[in-house]
Amino acid sequence: MLVSINWLKDYVNTQQLPPAELGEKITRSGIEVDAVIDRSHGMTNIVVGYVESCVKHPEADKLSICQVNVGEETTQIICGAPNIAAGQKVIVARPGAKLPGDIKIKKAKLRGEESNGMICSLQELGIEGKLVPKAYAEGIYVLPEDAETGSDVLTNFDLDDTVLELGLTPNRADAMSMLGVAYEVGAILSEEVKLPKISYPEASDTAASMLTLNVDAPEANPLYVAKVVRNIKVQESPMWLQQRLMAAGVRPHNNVVDVTNYILMEYGQPLHAFDYDALGSGNITVRHAKEGEMITTLDDAERKLSGHHLVITNGEKPVAIAGVMGGANSEVSETTTTVVIESAYFASGSVRQTSKDHGLRSDASSRYEKGVDPNRVIPAAERAAQLLSELAGGEVLAGSVVFDELNKEERIVKVSPDFINSRLGMKISFEDMWDILNRLKFNTEAANGQLVISVPTRRQDIQIPEDVVEEIARLYGYDEIPATLPEAETTPGGLTPYQAKRRIVRNLMEGAGLLQATTYSLTSEKSAKQFALEETETTRLLMPMSEERSILRQSLLPHLLESVTYNTARRMDSVALYETGSVFLKGDDELLNEQEHLAVAMTGLWLDNSWQGEKKPVDFFVLKGIVESLGNKLGVQLTFERGQMDDLHPGRTAFIMLDGQRIGVMGQLHPSEQKARDLKTTIVMELNLAALLNLETEALLYTPVPRYPSISRDIALVLSKIVEAATIETVIRNAGGKLLKDVRVFDLYEGDKMEEGKKSVAFSLTYFDPEKTLTDEEVINAHEKVLAALTEVGAELRS
Amino acid sequence: MEAQLQELKTQALERIAEASTVKELNDVRVAYLGKKGPITDLLKGMGKLPAEERPKMGALVNVVREEVTTQLEGRMVILEEEAINQKLQSETIDITLPGRPVKTGNSHPLTRVVEEIEDLFISMGYEVAEGPEVEKDYYNFEALNLPKGHPARDMQDSFYITEDILLRTHTSPVQARTMEAKGGEPIKIICPGKVYRRDSDDATHSHQFTQIEGLVIGEDIRMSDLKGTLSVFAKKMFGDDREIRLRPSFFPFTEPSVEMDISCFKCGGSGCNVCKKTGWIEILGAGMVHPNVLEMAGYDSKRLTGFAFGMGPERIAMLKYGVEDIRHFYTNDVRFLSQFQRTEL
Repeated sequence: MLVSINWLKDYVNTQQLPPAELGEKITRSGIEVDAVIDRSHGMTNIVVGYVESCVKHPEADKLSICQVNVGEETTQIICGAPNIAAGQKVIVARPGAKLPGDIKIKKAKLRGEESNGMICSLQELGIEGKLVPKAYAEGIYVLPEDAETGSDVLTNFDLDDTVLELGLTPNRADAMSMLGVAYEVGAILSEEVKLPKISYPEASDTAASMLTLNVDAPEANPLYVAKVVRNIKVQESPMWLQQRLMAAGVRPHNNVVDVTNYILMEYGQPLHAFDYDALGSGNITVRHAKEGEMITTLDDAERKLSGHHLVITNGEKPVAIAGVMGGANSEVSETTTTVVIESAYFASGSVRQTSKDHGLRSDASSRYEKGVDPNRVIPAAERAAQLLSELAGGEVLAGSVVFDELNKEERIVKVSPDFINSRLGMKISFEDMWDILNRLKFNTEAANGQLVISVPTRRQDIQIPEDVVEEIARLYGYDEIPATLPEAETTPGGLTPYQAKRRIVRNLMEGAGLLQATTYSLTSEKSAKQFALEETETTRLLMPMSEERSILRQSLLPHLLESVTYNTARRMDSVALYETGSVFLKGDDELLNEQEHLAVAMTGLWLDNSWQGEKKPVDFFVLKGIVESLGNKLGVQLTFERGQMDDLHPGRTAFIMLDGQRIGVMGQLHPSEQKARDLKTTIVMELNLAALLNLETEALLYTPVPRYPSISRDIALVLSKIVEAATIETVIRNAGGKLLKDVRVFDLYEGDKMEEGKKSVAFSLTYFDPEKTLTDEEVINAHEKVLAALTEVGAELRS
Repeated sequence: MEAQLQELKTQALERIAEASTVKELNDVRVAYLGKKGPITDLLKGMGKLPAEERPKMGALVNVVREEVTTQLEGRMVILEEEAINQKLQSETIDITLPGRPVKTGNSHPLTRVVEEIEDLFISMGYEVAEGPEVEKDYYNFEALNLPKGHPARDMQDSFYITEDILLRTHTSPVQARTMEAKGGEPIKIICPGKVYRRDSDDATHSHQFTQIEGLVIGEDIRMSDLKGTLSVFAKKMFGDDREIRLRPSFFPFTEPSVEMDISCFKCGGSGCNVCKKTGWIEILGAGMVHPNVLEMAGYDSKRLTGFAFGMGPERIAMLKYGVEDIRHFYTNDVRFLSQFQRTEL
């Protein structure tokens, strides 16, 4: 909502407050002023000029040489506008004038001819092109004939004005009108509101003698008022009206349309003017449209109507979509002499649905959607009659044609001062509350210690005691509210074990050198299931904004890998990222099974200390080590099983297992996938983090620190290449008995000194007895058993 | 023999003084004090002396031997120290060369902001509540006083999956769910999480972003409690000298509703680019829980009241760290992410 302060002053005393200060007061008491716009833009030296003569420039087709009387002299100005003509009153920027956009006007020569200033268009005065009346959109603006030559354009035509741009919240529909804003400002400044005085001469003929009315849909249209004005002359509106409309962001058209728009802005009540003769029937019937009925609206669009759309008809065919837009067939034109002014109350739901169906939102529909004031429908119609009588020379027929079943009673809200103070934590006196309600023009009585408030119908948002609490608080001042803390008993607060463990996982990942990434949950059909741990249906949005963001992800890795590629494409060759986040699987009920996952992707060097000659690229085992430490940290036994998954290297993929259940996967990207993603060797992992974090962790009990030394024995074994280390480790552990404490691989050799198809794996075995120092004999005994078991499975000792 | 002895002593002491390395000095030791050395020889030759002279000569030899030994050992300490110093000198390294890099990762800036807020409210007795990102229309809208047909819940603005299921547009459904689960009991929670709106991604909009909301319900919870709580938050998060101001606003789920500004942490209120010359920065929305919301979740709104607040970690991170484009948070450029390594404590 754009509020001209000059216009506002018609209704309320703004106490000469500087606009910025007035804006700040409005903001602080509830309606945010988004901008304070100076319509003068700091312009100076702009006067009314009279074009005494106008001839074509001999050297330039498009330029005219004008002799312009600017009051103190007649001077030559070159003008390029197509619509310049002798005898016009025009806007002249004199030499030395300042125009918006930091433009300074100087004397100049144009193609050899002197030019002492500039004849201006409205755009050059800082008015948006879309607001300039169509007749002047492509050229200069022509002032009315009675404009005083040499007088200041800014003061005479209301351009020395400031506009407050209000950012209205949906509850404050009342402030979508100048009167509504006047009530708000009046409440803030403790000033009275002056309503427009409505009086006009009436013809002896009655409106009812020319027009009949039927309302067939009283629920959607409980109030309809029509007035008839004849003998009007459709023409340009006076300057003050045009300027006020432009200040309010409305383009002037002609006096009839401008009057309806002016009252829309003044009262917040949408009006519509029909050409009476074009209606052709002397009847208005409001009804729901017939299925498939057609109408061509004012914007020349042909629209198909449905049964739930409310239309205004001439008794036969639609002439307007109620509350949304008029029809082309009954539009007011230059030849119109008699108009029907409609002022009505259309139910908000009906208008919202209709405007949405047709993709049409107008100043009118947006007001109906939020609910207009039932008590302004009739005054607005009267105000229109008055202005058409004054500005279009119209003859207003006596009375109105009315259908009225609308409840216009004020809502009663009862609230006690104690309630207000207890909700606010304040001690506002009864007198102060009474004063605030008076300033708001809420009729209030005190009864049994309660405030009994009749809420004016313009304030549809005040419905319950809490709404009154807000009114009192905002006008008393939010700054006055003290700062306290809840007095209720204190609660311990904290993270759940799940949440605390999630933080431990993050710390571990970061301690291991990984950066935390965050990627989008919405992805493409193609990426949704790549690397998914479970096979379920995908979930698609009803109305995605793009195919790239149309499906809910089932794994984190695709987007994490996109982030890796993003970095390598920018010459960041070593990237190690992790992410925790939800994946979305089809669940048992209507909601999805959201599973929190942990994913890692790494490429490039893991260790890079170039001046010491150390470079270690990432590999499977770097990431495996991180996963193992994750298991240790969370106190769970994670194991690894050789596995296969699409787009992972078939020989370098492992499933991560917990109690025999597959909870994750890790491996190297398949070379073709690496190529497709423009990546070098990349190692990835994704696991069901929720499964890990949901496990209850055992209490930690310490094991006594060994009091006796342990003894190590190393063995190197020659094995077939296909034998896995874990198999041999199991053999050793099973044979080693209770004295064997630990088995560790400490060397692997697959070089050319080995026989074809063989490898050498070296294990270090640790023997230990917590009760006493081991004897050589005991160790030899145990070790012999291990060696025997190894021989049995065909593992030979390397000599 | 006595003169011979003095001569020997003079010679030995000279050679000790001349020795410049540990090895040379050891040679001197062997030459004079060794088993085949002249002093030993002298002692051996004592037998040829008359018996009455022997004790006197013996004592004399011992004195000389001791003096030589003492001198030699003194010299040895010096030479050994020199040798060590020389060795240390040769072992000097260029300490300006870079250290072995320790690979350290760090949290995402949004996690950093969220955890800071979580910890602050946990210290004030709040629990952290979470909920599904794919949510029922009922919890996302209806239970929050946004009935069907309410303009603020346009299909155009939300990602619906079916008529009744959508990606949550705020973390408020977690509040609605918590209220329902608590069955009328007091509540003190904050709810962080991802939310989704049907916005085109640009410098200031993201179809996915994070929110953190708070909810307190109890007996006699007043608007002043909301103001006090937010004031503590502003001071802890943005500095002790922060002031807050509340401005009236509107949200369907609170009444009265407010927006909170903090005095600009960059200029302190005098006006700068961060606060757009106003001295104030809008940080969050809040209000007293609307009685309809309480009643819908089974609370007696006559007996229990509450307040709620909500903010966007993206906005806070952008303000705090001066980030100009919201997309940075989702691009995962390591040159961006790795800047959030160090502490600000």
